[in-house]
Amino acid sequence: MNNLISRAKELLENKTVNVVIGYEAGPTGVARPAFITDPEKADTLIYDERCIQNLAVYLTKHEVKHFSKMAIVATLPVMRSIMMLISEQQIFEENIVVLGVSADGSLLDIADIHVMQGYIEKSDLSNPAKQKELLAELNKLSPEEKFAYWQKELSKCIKCYACRQACPMCYCTRCSVEVNQPQWIPVQSNTHGNMEWHILRAMHLAGRCVSCGECGRACPVGIPCHLLTMHLADQVHNYFKVYAGTSEKMSSVLSTFEPNDKESFII
Amino acid sequence: METTRKIIRKQSLEKLYKLLSETRKVYAPVIATDKQVEYKYNPAFADITFDHIRSTLSVKNIVFPKVENLFLYTNSKTESTITDIDLNKIPDVVLWGAHPCDTAAFDILSSIFCRDSKDEFYSRRLEKLVVIGLSCHMSDEYCFCTSVGLAPDSSKGSDILLKRLQNNDYQVEILTEKGNKIVSSSPELFEPFTGEEVIVTEVKHKFSHEQVTAKLAGAFEHPFWVANSLRCIGCGACAYVCPTCACFDIQDETRGKNGKRYRSWDSCGFGLFTLHTSGHNPREVQSQRWRQRIMHKFSYMPERNETLGCVGCGRCSSGCPVDMNIAEQLVALQNL
Repeated sequence: MNNLISRAKELLENKTVNVVIGYEAGPTGVARPAFITDPEKADTLIYDERCIQNLAVYLTKHEVKHFSKMAIVATLPVMRSIMMLISEQQIFEENIVVLGVSADGSLLDIADIHVMQGYIEKSDLSNPAKQKELLAELNKLSPEEKFAYWQKELSKCIKCYACRQACPMCYCTRCSVEVNQPQWIPVQSNTHGNMEWHILRAMHLAGRCVSCGECGRACPVGIPCHLLTMHLADQVHNYFKVYAGTSEKMSSVLSTFEPNDKESFII
Repeated sequence: METTRKIIRKQSLEKLYKLLSETRKVYAPVIATDKQVEYKYNPAFADITFDHIRSTLSVKNIVFPKVENLFLYTNSKTESTITDIDLNKIPDVVLWGAHPCDTAAFDILSSIFCRDSKDEFYSRRLEKLVVIGLSCHMSDEYCFCTSVGLAPDSSKGSDILLKRLQNNDYQVEILTEKGNKIVSSSPELFEPFTGEEVIVTEVKHKFSHEQVTAKLAGAFEHPFWVANSLRCIGCGACAYVCPTCACFDIQDETRGKNGKRYRSWDSCGFGLFTLHTSGHNPREVQSQRWRQRIMHKFSYMPERNETLGCVGCGRCSSGCPVDMNIAEQLVALQNL
């Protein structure tokens, strides 16, 4: 913790970066994102088990990009998101200082993207244990039961798009739900339209989801929509043996073809 | 009408609920999961919660549904035929156990929907609604009703207000003719009120809304907005859970020859909300949208609608994925 604060101070003082994106404690005790520009205020940074939001979402936000050089407190999913964003040319390595934190909360020495890649590669990239259990339970259901489960869950959706906005990989300035010539997805919130939205969202994240769970955490009505993208992350790994966010050069598996790709999923 | 008070015992409350649900739809809160409280139509009485702080969504859905069909149409090669929605089919509804912040929101919604002309859909739904409020005996750090001129036991917007007594019975305040009609149709369920003490939670006063409104008049260009909204991710959660947010989008949806025009909830937090066809967006970045949200509720509405646009329920803050704590920001604005 003290290492993180002193590193943040140092980066701001010597003007390596203009902002440090990290966590602070809000008045109700909830951990929330903090944007530290003044080295004197770096003391408000915290890092503990409450700090779960994927901060990489801010790297592509218009008003945050104005800071140009940024440091970001990065857990494993944040590092993977950064890798994805670099591979999709949304951010550039030279503008980002990664303040990596390990699972036990200690500051990692991530000197450059290759060190980060090394750290990611030796980490467990499969879905978090709790989500694995939930997915295993769901996968025991028959297709009809699964459909009924998702209908019930998605009927609650109010189309606030918190799932999309919280996701670092949903950075499009114009989402396909905001196009109405033609209208791909109904604007109204009903079970049918909600299902279309969530299927579309999940498919756009197939091979790109870093299993951070942010979409489900952000949902104000408690839909476990992260299970959809996490299931696809599993599927992509089963078929193509890759996890998202492991290389700066990786293109999305679903937009590339290789002669030795398995085609067993094609009916 | 003059307010009268009676008492209803817990078992009579169940009888009242059953009687009401025989003839109308009763919209009542149930605990869905450990974090979610949902309103449902005609749930089993045993499932209804009397011990929740706030439901996940507000109850505005009852007068301002998340989707409202405005008319239906059929297209042929040469013309379109329009069919109006039959407003007489809007059902009688009893809103059961809504807290005072939620019931106070109806006046605010009316100040929007019925400002220049009466919105037919909204006003018909409101006419058909009877509100049985429930004062709060629990609150949390997100509640701030007392800072916006309300209280955990205010009767604004209720036809009948229930207040908890020490032994889990309820004091019944009969506030309107609509409320009186319900009570007088089953007089056997009520007993005379004899001055028992009611249990009401205490909600800390956090800011003066008059001072906030005064401060906002000169704060449009203040750096406060950017500094305090960098973490806002621009979702619509705050607007959709809010009991007084009334913005909507209008869309046509056609399948083959038939279609419908409907309105559905929208949010000023979305970039698309103000995007012009030309490509110009007067609220181009999130800080401008966040400023709009606060300005609308605490500056523009007091000026134009003669009411605050906030009831202090705290949902926008408790439901926010990035802790955009509105009360905290209003306190900061007051002290600018």
